[in-house]
Amino acid sequence: MRRSTRARLAANAALLVTAAAFALPLVWLLLSSVDANADLRVRVPSSLTGDNFDAVLTDEITFTPMLNSLLLCGGATLLTVVCAALAAYPLSRHRSRFNRPFLLTILFTTCLPITAVMVPVYGLFVQVNLIDTMYGTGLFLATSQLPFSIWLMKNFMDGVPMVLEEAAWTDGASNLQTLSRVVLPLMGPGLTVVTIYTFIQLWGNFFVPFMLILTPDQMPASVSIFTFFGNYGSVIYGQLAAFSILYSAPVLVLYVLISRRLGGGFALGGAVKG
Amino acid sequence: MSTTRGGVWRWLPIAPATLLLLLFLAGPIGYCVWIAFTDTQLTGASGADFVGLDNFRRAFADDDFRNAVWLTLVFTFVSAVVGQNTLGLALAGLMRAASRPVRTVTGTLVITAWVLPEIVAAFLLYTFFRREGTLNALLDWLHLPSQNWLFTLPILAVSFANVWRGTAFSMLIYSAALSEIPRDVVEAAEVDGASGPRRVWHITLPMIRRSIGTNLMLNTLSTLSVFGLIWAMTRGGPGNRSQTLPVFMYDQAFLKSLIGYGTAVALLLLLVGSLFSIVYLRLMKVEV
Repeated sequence: MRRSTRARLAANAALLVTAAAFALPLVWLLLSSVDANADLRVRVPSSLTGDNFDAVLTDEITFTPMLNSLLLCGGATLLTVVCAALAAYPLSRHRSRFNRPFLLTILFTTCLPITAVMVPVYGLFVQVNLIDTMYGTGLFLATSQLPFSIWLMKNFMDGVPMVLEEAAWTDGASNLQTLSRVVLPLMGPGLTVVTIYTFIQLWGNFFVPFMLILTPDQMPASVSIFTFFGNYGSVIYGQLAAFSILYSAPVLVLYVLISRRLGGGFALGGAVKG
Repeated sequence: MSTTRGGVWRWLPIAPATLLLLLFLAGPIGYCVWIAFTDTQLTGASGADFVGLDNFRRAFADDDFRNAVWLTLVFTFVSAVVGQNTLGLALAGLMRAASRPVRTVTGTLVITAWVLPEIVAAFLLYTFFRREGTLNALLDWLHLPSQNWLFTLPILAVSFANVWRGTAFSMLIYSAALSEIPRDVVEAAEVDGASGPRRVWHITLPMIRRSIGTNLMLNTLSTLSVFGLIWAMTRGGPGNRSQTLPVFMYDQAFLKSLIGYGTAVALLLLLVGSLFSIVYLRLMKVEV
């Protein structure tokens, strides 16, 4: 009993030290956002202020980039989820010699470093006039997330028993009707996980819009955040922190919503980090 | 199972996804293979001439390229193989012994660092490592020598940033793996008088070796493609002292307008990634 108590204390101490190390940058973020004279160090503000938030809550700094992010990532997420659901359906329901190579290719693709593809994508986008367009960027974002979404979607779909579908077929429903009226409603939580996970990944994506979007008023928040690194020299760290919190808040909230279910999903393996 | 239903038409739903993947993924990769063998430049309408293996020959003779390969190896080894992997395993292991509140607090913090958008994480770590930043404040307080980390040890600073940001993934993988080890095996060893470290070495590690392989592979792959974190923290600098392959690729293709050369580097990166992916698929022995 005593030995196990000692072991517990040692484990607690080691974890708390690690936790403190992980917390420091986050504490800086929180404190600086309400500090009128924020600099680079973690320190307790002499007085609390909402000025940093006030200063960044303008059309130009926050609302337009966030709306761009929402349109870009929302549209891409919708496209990804629809395509993934459609693709997962035959893969989950029908057996064919086509399944295995397709799924292996998909899994292989989830592991490829997408970063490396960006130079040729830029070249192609210039040639076909998709450069600096929201829909072009959205199409590429959707595609980059598609392999993993198909994989995840198929795993969730495999968990829905086929009996009810067969009943629907007997009643004369088409494949598409069966998918939308029977299968998808039955895998509601799975569908939510895929949707939210896709959205989180796209929301944080920096390199793709950084390369493909050139006009400042089309930039999503992940790229516009760079404007804080002053065109005019000095950085206003308090405002940078305030904006970072606003920009990060949606994904943190969404992650909390799905964390419980995703925790189990990790055991399925697969390239979660994309 | 009504496998006869619909004939070929039942495969139609796969079409939209396949089309997107062909157009926006296979297409660029194919284009990449072509461009890498030409001297395409961003400026000048001279067009693209086929130059064979020139870009690759040039790369291997280029000191900056070799520097980038070396830094990519350092970055991957320090942050993915040693940092994320070992720290993730240690955290997962310690959490099993720790009390519940400590477990929750640590888990929440580590996962928050992971969920934050890449650029936010980059800025947080940038302020942390700057001369006037928190790390030096902490060192001053402990009466230890401080220094300008982003200038003296830029590749280590970005590696630590990647550990901060990426450890949660390993922690989650290993927590799942450890919770699947049957309790009686561990208890039997305990009864036989095996010490803590010996139990870890002879029982725990062999039992989770597949998870270790999977995790190492995925960490390596995701670390190979890190761009935003390094770009926001150091721009690859000072000089080229934190210029890993993705940053080098961007620098050559866009800042120096050498699209052909930059794409050749991208192709090499893709090839390395593909090799790792194939090993990963083998290792997983995926059943699909």
